[in-house]
Amino acid sequence: MKFGDETIIRDISIAVDQGELVSLLGVSGSGKTTLFNCISGIYQPTAGRVLLDGADITGTTGHISYMLQKDLLLPYKTIEDNVGLPLVIQGMSKEAARKQASEHFEEFGLEGTQKKYPKQLSGGMRQRAALLRTYLFSDNVALLDEPFSALDTITKGKIHNWYLDVMEKINLTTVFITHDINEAILLSDRIYIMTGKPGGIRYEIRIDTPRSQRQGYDLTDEFMQYKRQIMGVLEE
Amino acid sequence: MNKTGWFSNKIYPFISILAILALWEALSFFEIVPNFMLPSPQQTVQAFIGDFWLLMSHLKVTLLETVIGTLMGVSIGFLSAVLMDRWDPAYKAMYPIIVLTQTIPAVAIAPLLVLWFGYKMMPKVVLIVLITFFPIVVGVLDGFRSADKDAINLLRSMGASRWQIFRHIKFPNALPNFFSGLRITVAYSVVGAVLAEWLGGFAGLGVYMTRVKKSFAYDKMFAVIFLISIISLILIWLVSVLQKKCMPWDQVDVPVRKRDQNKVAKG
Repeated sequence: MKFGDETIIRDISIAVDQGELVSLLGVSGSGKTTLFNCISGIYQPTAGRVLLDGADITGTTGHISYMLQKDLLLPYKTIEDNVGLPLVIQGMSKEAARKQASEHFEEFGLEGTQKKYPKQLSGGMRQRAALLRTYLFSDNVALLDEPFSALDTITKGKIHNWYLDVMEKINLTTVFITHDINEAILLSDRIYIMTGKPGGIRYEIRIDTPRSQRQGYDLTDEFMQYKRQIMGVLEE
Repeated sequence: MNKTGWFSNKIYPFISILAILALWEALSFFEIVPNFMLPSPQQTVQAFIGDFWLLMSHLKVTLLETVIGTLMGVSIGFLSAVLMDRWDPAYKAMYPIIVLTQTIPAVAIAPLLVLWFGYKMMPKVVLIVLITFFPIVVGVLDGFRSADKDAINLLRSMGASRWQIFRHIKFPNALPNFFSGLRITVAYSVVGAVLAEWLGGFAGLGVYMTRVKKSFAYDKMFAVIFLISIISLILIWLVSVLQKKCMPWDQVDVPVRKRDQNKVAKG
């Protein structure tokens, strides 16, 4: 992918299996977000293809949605209308979208917030709502671009547990961008390490402990070993 | 808001208005300013009551002009903003002209409008359209353009059409600007209508004003000035009511975050 003469990312090949949670870990400026915009179809890449279940979706929107550090909940819509928005965009009526959205509120730990406006919710709750919106858009693949990096450490710790918990229930295939090594190890099945410039994949690590056994995982020796390994790669 | 808060908020403007009325009454009572130049508040009220039905019949005309002119000005302004947002050449071509029209004072253009469009309703409506158009078009266009680019991209990733992006992001984003524009606009509209009537016409508060001025009936002049102020205030209030209806999310209170902090501390 190029902007003008500058090549931002090149020779990137990643594959994500059904239900798998893959992280892209890299410093700022390694082109992670550009890659996401190519996958979601916002940008037409200068070269390369995006395949979803074997079908070419390069440069077309409406297949894969994403979630950012900014929750992007619309301040003038209630939470239920915010999370139901992708369904409305796809042509569903407002009432039907609300109904379908309401089925997931409990699962996502959002019960009781349906009629509230985003500004009435805490940062952590808003990110939960944003993830539900992403999930409702398409229940197979989601791109998460540093979704929790704006939260304070305590809230972040809580939301990580919540996230692992929700992911167990909904079986969502996820590509997760982060610059936080701990977060990457704690939440992923596999980690791709990206370096710049131009951005490319440097290294791939598989985390062997299943995601269902990750509560308190960040305090174990195994976790530390992965962390040392990743830091070694980044320092090269 | 609680009752005492409401009371202490209203008591200060109430006292200041009362003080001005007292000063005014004193000025005319002790004839510091000759009575024919400054009628007392009492005389003003009497003039208002005495001419009430005549005032109302003139008010009807002025209000009709205001409503038609404002509706037209607001619609044209809104549609122009949509066009300029949608199509960049339109923005580049129209924007300088729109700004230019605002540099021409209404007082200067009003006599021309009377000359071109006669003494009936037409010149008044045209003047109001010119006055109301600008705050709306600038406010709404700014609202469209300041919409969050990331939110627009997110909707695009969901496969939203241009219309859906307008409907879900740009339009609601422009509403606050629209209403602040409309609030300025309704007050100006009444004044614009009166100004155009003053310069020539058969009915309306401006026509009434020229007549009472010619007969040196300053008490009636004061009565009509107050009527115009009151009408403007009512219109501004109506816009606020409409805004609250259209933007319910503006009314909700943000929760106190202290509760969250306590929870973290305990946990």
